[in-house]
Amino acid sequence: MVDGAQRQLPPVTALAVAALIVVLAGGIDLAAHLPRPAPLGPPVAALAVAAVTVIAAAVTLARVRDFAWHTFFLVGGWALAAYLVIAGMLELVFVLDHTPGGLLAVLSLMLAVFAVDVPLLLAFSVARYQPGPAAGAAGAAGAGTAPPP
Amino acid sequence: MAEITDLARPAGSPGPAAPPGPPPAIVPLAGLPIVGVALVLLVVAIAGNWLWALDFFHIVGGGLWTGVDLFVGLIIGPILGRLSVPARVEFAARFMPKMLLIMPTLVVMTLASGFQLARHLGVLDVAYPRHWWLTASFIVVGVMTVVALGFLEPANLAVLFELRKPAPDGALIGKLMRRFAYTAGITGLMQIATLVIMTRITTW
Repeated sequence: MVDGAQRQLPPVTALAVAALIVVLAGGIDLAAHLPRPAPLGPPVAALAVAAVTVIAAAVTLARVRDFAWHTFFLVGGWALAAYLVIAGMLELVFVLDHTPGGLLAVLSLMLAVFAVDVPLLLAFSVARYQPGPAAGAAGAAGAGTAPPP
Repeated sequence: MAEITDLARPAGSPGPAAPPGPPPAIVPLAGLPIVGVALVLLVVAIAGNWLWALDFFHIVGGGLWTGVDLFVGLIIGPILGRLSVPARVEFAARFMPKMLLIMPTLVVMTLASGFQLARHLGVLDVAYPRHWWLTASFIVVGVMTVVALGFLEPANLAVLFELRKPAPDGALIGKLMRRFAYTAGITGLMQIATLVIMTRITTW
């Protein structure tokens, strides 16, 4: 198949899943200390690692030329809208619970990383199997899209 | 779609009457108002500290989430693995769009209301070693989240988009569907751990 299944792509899935694991681990660490105040060092470190990992995934993906960017942004846009709603609801819970400022800031940033990471993962997972511009041009020139499996 | 149908058909045998078609929509739009109503009611319950409603959302959402995960992972998944590729494709085209809407809604209903409920009932205030049960529940939910968002949901979406191609790749759909079934099985097993933890917390 020439339309993405065998194309060499950066390890976006691995990086995005790693970021998800790290940010969730930071959140679990915070929740495990409830109702006592949790030390913010480990969650902040987890947040920083997760943020850098998501940025690395986005940057390496942005350097790929032959990629189904239209599909990527279509899926990513809708997924981002959905996950902003989910993150917004969790943020509402934290605010209504009068979460202290420092902790609220860390949780909010964790939610922001989560709300960006998951749409990135979903959009990449779909777009990687879709034909990129090169495959589309080849198809238009008469080469066809994908041979039957 | 014809080559997908051909994968499971013995040579020379007559073809099926109608090959499975692509899903009409990736997300079933008719279900969005129901999701919207559920989320608005959840926000109202949280903002108003409405204990009965929080309990309702947590019990109903958690029960359905657990039930669907167990049923799909342990009953539907193994059956799906034994079906022919065309049958899997036809099932996926009708089943997966609905899951795309149902599961995130159930998850957010259960988790948001559950956290508020635990806070109101003082469950979060218990000291260790009992608090380990709560920590264990957070870890189980975390693992399920990684499996669901990292592997299950991407496979689900990728299948739906593949089905909409003029010539879907049957082998790719088969591979992604196997991943979907395996990961659904893992979350199903994790749900058994959730049942143990939740029943322990509510009876201590």
